[in-house]
Amino acid sequence: MSSTSPGVAAGPHAHRDDVGSRLGMWLFLFTELILFGGMFIVYAVYRFTHPEAFHLAAAELDTFVGTVNTIILLTSSLTVAMSITAIQEGRKTFALTLVGMTILLALAFLVNKYFEWGHKFDVGIYPGAPELLAQPQGVILYFGLYFVMTGLHALHVIIGMGVLIYDFEAIRRGTINATSFVRLESGALYWHLVDIIWIFLFPLFYLLH
Amino acid sequence: MTQEAVSVHAGTRGFYEDTGKRTGIRAWIFSTDHKRIGLLYLMTMGVFFLLAVAFGFVMRLEMLSPGKTVVEAQTYNTLFTLHGIMMIFLFIIPGLPAVFGNFFLPILIGAKDVFFPRLNLLSWWLFLAGGLLALVSVFLPGGAADTGWTFYVPYSVRTSTNVLPALIAAFILGFSSILTGLNFITTIHRMRAPGMGWFRMPLFAWSLYATAWVQVLATPIIGITLLLVMVERWFGVGIFDPTLGGDPVLYQHLFWIYSHPAVYIMILPGLGVVSEILPVFARRTIFGYKFIAFSSVAIAAVGSLVWAHHMFTVGMSNTGMFVFSLLTFLVSIPSAIKVFNWVATLYKGSIVLEVPLLFILSFIIQFSIGGFTGLMLGALAVNIHVQDTYFVVGHFHYVMFGGTGFGLFAAMHYWFPKMFGRMYNKGPALASWFLTTVGFNMLYFPFFFLGYFGMPRRYYDYLPEFQTYHLISTVGSWVLVLGIIVMVVNLLIAYKRGKTAPANPWGGRTLEWTISSPPPTENFHDIPAVTTGPYDYSEYEQRQAEHP
Repeated sequence: MSSTSPGVAAGPHAHRDDVGSRLGMWLFLFTELILFGGMFIVYAVYRFTHPEAFHLAAAELDTFVGTVNTIILLTSSLTVAMSITAIQEGRKTFALTLVGMTILLALAFLVNKYFEWGHKFDVGIYPGAPELLAQPQGVILYFGLYFVMTGLHALHVIIGMGVLIYDFEAIRRGTINATSFVRLESGALYWHLVDIIWIFLFPLFYLLH
Repeated sequence: MTQEAVSVHAGTRGFYEDTGKRTGIRAWIFSTDHKRIGLLYLMTMGVFFLLAVAFGFVMRLEMLSPGKTVVEAQTYNTLFTLHGIMMIFLFIIPGLPAVFGNFFLPILIGAKDVFFPRLNLLSWWLFLAGGLLALVSVFLPGGAADTGWTFYVPYSVRTSTNVLPALIAAFILGFSSILTGLNFITTIHRMRAPGMGWFRMPLFAWSLYATAWVQVLATPIIGITLLLVMVERWFGVGIFDPTLGGDPVLYQHLFWIYSHPAVYIMILPGLGVVSEILPVFARRTIFGYKFIAFSSVAIAAVGSLVWAHHMFTVGMSNTGMFVFSLLTFLVSIPSAIKVFNWVATLYKGSIVLEVPLLFILSFIIQFSIGGFTGLMLGALAVNIHVQDTYFVVGHFHYVMFGGTGFGLFAAMHYWFPKMFGRMYNKGPALASWFLTTVGFNMLYFPFFFLGYFGMPRRYYDYLPEFQTYHLISTVGSWVLVLGIIVMVVNLLIAYKRGKTAPANPWGGRTLEWTISSPPPTENFHDIPAVTTGPYDYSEYEQRQAEHP
């Protein structure tokens, strides 16, 4: 009898409640948003106290690279969202292709980021660099936040890739299928989170001069 | 699995007999049964608690006389840092939710487990890892952290001691806390038994629900703050360090944006335990159920907006001070609502003076003292005078230990028969209640005088005029520790040789008392259908009214 009542477990592990799983995932996403929220507070405070230095430092960033990365991430969100529809319709190969594309786009983002950071290092912009320390304090704070915030975001891109690779494997083995796809949904939700955080990082660092 | 589990129900040792085909310690550390995980937490947390008690004991011994008594000044700094970190992150934050929440939340709402059992086990593993890392950092070269549990910048960026491992430990423990909160919210939303509406939920479950939201929403802030200090130490990134343009006061804001709500993570489940135990021993339907339930939520909500009252002396606008002081006063309203409802529940009740109730009565009195001194601290003029003195230390020990600590002792004595299927001896339990209550008040009440007369917290040395108070306090610590030893030994003996406990030794009306002691693996043969509120003593009350 118990297994028929909604939301109630038949055994410790036998239950399946997609609404509950999604609720748990959303709660986790809240925690991620607040984690980044803490850094956005720091950014807001220092932008307020050092407006001119932030203005100067932002000019150092390459808006073109930032824009390319924004397009890459937005496209990857599209492909991962499409993969859910594909799996719901039972089109396994298409779903695999779409998840695979998402992973490749994530990789492209990271490669781009690597060259961007590398260039900064070459011109002496990195934490503790003598050239940077010679700059006004607001510039030091700006680049400190730039490296920490985009760095933590890149770490989330890597984690997101891991999750998507796991989902890719699960689709291939058939554990994620047309009737059971909540895991792919969770992976996609996580990927959208990675995307939306970038959507805030991009204007704050690249566009706001 | 289900078939086997059913046959286990017949056994007298309940879930203890179902090792899930694992042997020895593996049946515990790899089990996803919420009851086993609750007991894992109890054991690990108990060890950390006793260690932290020992650190506190040595600190009090050092304060027995002015100047050096038993330890060096640097050791003293290490002791109060470790005492704080361990008591807060390893004992009192996980405390009631991780032990009693894990063990009883699913049973109280008529479920067979929490929603994410494997995540639950992961959060214990993270807890263990964080706890061990905190301990290991003590012995690594460089010396144990000496920043206090608050890790204030710039000292925490500059000191050469092992701040980094301590920060990583706190970060991991925060992650563990988030996972527990996330699990409980989902469990309460999705797994209540048929008929268990929100207002038929036991009040302990309500308090866990409010706590879980604070865990989920506030903990990430401490996570990122500690992470920022870590990168500052590791890579020399300028964030809070004033030499690089950073603002150390901003660190304090971020720290307290978490750490004040964390105070409510610590106290809310304690308040829930009081609401849970009181009606059982008063044989009364709880007075003002909805007020108590909503006051938990109100405390969680308003309590998240008062953080800067820890920082009235760092420099803040008058408007800011006024707003934070006002909000601090507002938190006392839902807290007082609870106390009034508890007292009203006792009024005209048929009080059975068992050990759990005695701990609860100590709780109510001590929590009230802690609450009142909290209001005094929230008043700006008084705060400036006693900021960073023993007055503050006395206040938060009255709330945290006098409140939550005693709530935990009460919960231990209330649910012990259900958890272990054994009864404890009442005599030593009474003695432990008496000793801990007397010892606690002797230890911490003099702190209010010390602080009022100007004794700063965390100081190694003091002026001779303070000695009388320090002496009383240190003697109190001996009585308190004796009480704790009596309690632990009594419960250990009961665990080994206690009489078999009946299913419902106290006459409780909530679901855990409808199943055998200890509970079977799956808690309930059939998920119960709930038809009444949790503390239905109406029949009892009617009989009392007819035959007084």
